[in-house]
Amino acid sequence: MTATASKSPAACGPCAAGLLCDGKAGKIVKDGVWANNPISIQVLGICSALAVTNKLANALVMGGALIFVTACSSLFLSFLRNATPRKIRMIAEVAIISTFVIVFDQLLRAFYWDMSKQLGPYVGLIITNCIVMGRAEAFALQNRPIASALDGIANGLGYAIVLAVIAVFREMIGAGKLLGFSILDKVWYEPNQLMILAPGAFFTLGILIALLNALRKDVPETKP
Amino acid sequence: MSETSAFIIIVAAIFTNNILLSNFLGMCSFLVCSRQIGTALGLGAAVIFVMTCTTVLNYGIYYGVLVKDAPLCSADLTFLAFIIFIAVIAAFVQFVEMFVERFSPKLYYALGIFLPLITVNCAILGAALFMIIRKYSFWQSLGYGFGAGVGWALAILLIAGLRKKMGYSRVPKPFQGVSIAMIITGVMAMTFMGFAGMVSIQ
Repeated sequence: MTATASKSPAACGPCAAGLLCDGKAGKIVKDGVWANNPISIQVLGICSALAVTNKLANALVMGGALIFVTACSSLFLSFLRNATPRKIRMIAEVAIISTFVIVFDQLLRAFYWDMSKQLGPYVGLIITNCIVMGRAEAFALQNRPIASALDGIANGLGYAIVLAVIAVFREMIGAGKLLGFSILDKVWYEPNQLMILAPGAFFTLGILIALLNALRKDVPETKP
Repeated sequence: MSETSAFIIIVAAIFTNNILLSNFLGMCSFLVCSRQIGTALGLGAAVIFVMTCTTVLNYGIYYGVLVKDAPLCSADLTFLAFIIFIAVIAAFVQFVEMFVERFSPKLYYALGIFLPLITVNCAILGAALFMIIRKYSFWQSLGYGFGAGVGWALAILLIAGLRKKMGYSRVPKPFQGVSIAMIITGVMAMTFMGFAGMVSIQ
């Protein structure tokens, strides 16, 4: 699974003191958000992208969660990258990732119980979200902490943006609302329930990936 | 969720609440391994086995140790559920791998490559989490773990058949690969919605 994330940039050369990766920062962000977008190009983390996008609010919280978890776990894994024996690195990764997922889950339960109930098991499932593990394997193990955290944020952002786009379409067409506000009036618009249900998620993401493929012609065949 | 019999939960987990088609779990390995029917069958069988066993194991650990005033530990440790569940799943998969390798090399070569993949299959962890959220009893958990596994295997087999058939059709270029797989999965999800009135679990 992790092998799919291949295009990791070379080690962070230009940042002299390892403080901030000025030379690479732009490239890292562009890679994560667009050129190597986790969902549409690497095809990782599809499960939650389909499951929580029936409402824009859910999608935004989930996007935030992933940015937090990926950034923090990449940062800490990168700190520990020279101290972790190669053989047990998977276990170390899983332990660190689940710690941050638990932190986020507890925060959500404490302050936004309704949202926590709506997201159900999908917050916990960030642990098995391939994006987090993929970035850890492909980037954090070879790069300095700050660059790794930035890479985590960029990939989380790429994920969050795609989720938001899918959710806007699904909530708008499926319920005529956005974030709970009525956008398409019930008077003339009959909401298409299918978009809220499971098939709508598959169709929206399928068409979105096809559209993005058509937009960037230079992209080689995406490997599912 | 108290009175539903385990058998009804099995049927519902396969058809009306299919873990892949209505809860979207296990999509990653689903997209990667649904190109060959043989591969899909092997992975499906492995998932059924691992999911049934880990759901039961996690049930025992959750209600035996983690909840407040549990028989083995009185403190409320439910916040540790995620990390314990994933550890149980990873350890179980590792154990099965060693066991199969020792006792049935033939089966090991047939299933070998799929077993490690299963640790990162979110459907396995998802089944355990659903079991907690829906407050299943022991038999219900067993039924749900088995049913969800069968449902996942059924879905991946059906899609593998369709994707093989699709090799002969001319798909527009941007849609090739993941995109069209997603759309046929959507059609499949619509088909499974036809079962919706039959039984329902939450």
